[in-house]
Amino acid sequence: MRRSMLFLPGNTPNMLINGSALGADAIIFDLEDAVSPTEKDAARILVRNTLKYGDMGRCETIVRVNSIDTDFFKKDIDAVLPEKPNLIMLPKTSCEKDVLTADEYITEVEKKLGFPENTVRLMPLIETALGVENAFEIAAASKRVAAIFLGAEDLTADLRCRRTKEGREIEYARTRLVVAARAAGVDVYDTPFTDVNDDEGIVRDAENAKGLGFTGKASISPRHVEVINAVFSPTQKEIDYAYEVMDAIKLAKEQGRGAIALHGKMVDAPIVLRAQQTIDMAEEMQKR
Amino acid sequence: MKVLKKATAGTMESSDAYIEIEPCDDVEIELSSVVKAQFGDSIIETVKSVLSECGVTGARVKISDRGALDCVLRARVETACLRGKEQ
Repeated sequence: MRRSMLFLPGNTPNMLINGSALGADAIIFDLEDAVSPTEKDAARILVRNTLKYGDMGRCETIVRVNSIDTDFFKKDIDAVLPEKPNLIMLPKTSCEKDVLTADEYITEVEKKLGFPENTVRLMPLIETALGVENAFEIAAASKRVAAIFLGAEDLTADLRCRRTKEGREIEYARTRLVVAARAAGVDVYDTPFTDVNDDEGIVRDAENAKGLGFTGKASISPRHVEVINAVFSPTQKEIDYAYEVMDAIKLAKEQGRGAIALHGKMVDAPIVLRAQQTIDMAEEMQKR
Repeated sequence: MKVLKKATAGTMESSDAYIEIEPCDDVEIELSSVVKAQFGDSIIETVKSVLSECGVTGARVKISDRGALDCVLRARVETACLRGKEQ
């Protein structure tokens, strides 16, 4: 279960060591934008050590490495891969080739380490106009891709428009990424809401993303994590209904019936699938 | 291997450590920390261990500890060593 992903700057020990206590389902150790070029070496070693020795609890670990067109990419991978982060976030992914280039190097390092193939998954960060247009080929480029993620700040710069709280300028990108990800069978994550003091804005923004079909949402502030988790969690009513659906299906099977109805509505395969997803999520939430 | 030039790593922020390293024939370690009385020996052991892992046999290392956890201290010392070994 990955509803919320919290960015933490890769060269800031007091944030890194407390990251798992901030309530996010996943922590993103950022080696890219949050780290100045002169401190890339220090951040890389610090993140590696945090992964190696730190207590991440039930948090998933994601490392945002530097993009493949920099000298830092391979060094970042070399440093962090031995510690088996769950995912590598690949910034500025604009086409299938970007994914394949990263995948090829990660595969090479995984082999050297003796890891099974695709131990560390990929989350391409789509933050260019070209990336948005190529979203499906990016999402479907490799079995290593577990999810795609929309980065709206760089995208709006590339689109030459102003980033607004309402987000009309990224509505197309959002819907395009959701469709691309679902078509490729991977998860999809929404861009952070960057005004950390707007408590109502984050609720609206997260609800909008949930309504469009996103799996979850990233955050640059611990203050937003609780809201994101709440918005992307099923309600008790939804959980109760999901169990009712599964009970009805079980009964129908026992009685040898095909089609069934619940509360006067037909229960078909998509409803069963969604019910099972809701139950899986509810069970995971109980463990936290 | 000896450190070739003066180098620094880390910050003076809380939970971090600031490391200054410079060439020296032997290993000399100077520690300032608010928890020196309780954890000084352990901090110095960690620093020695990282120097050994980095293959450093000669360096003067000054540590200004701001409550860094072991993994942070290790990272900062390793970074200083690598920077000090660069030509």
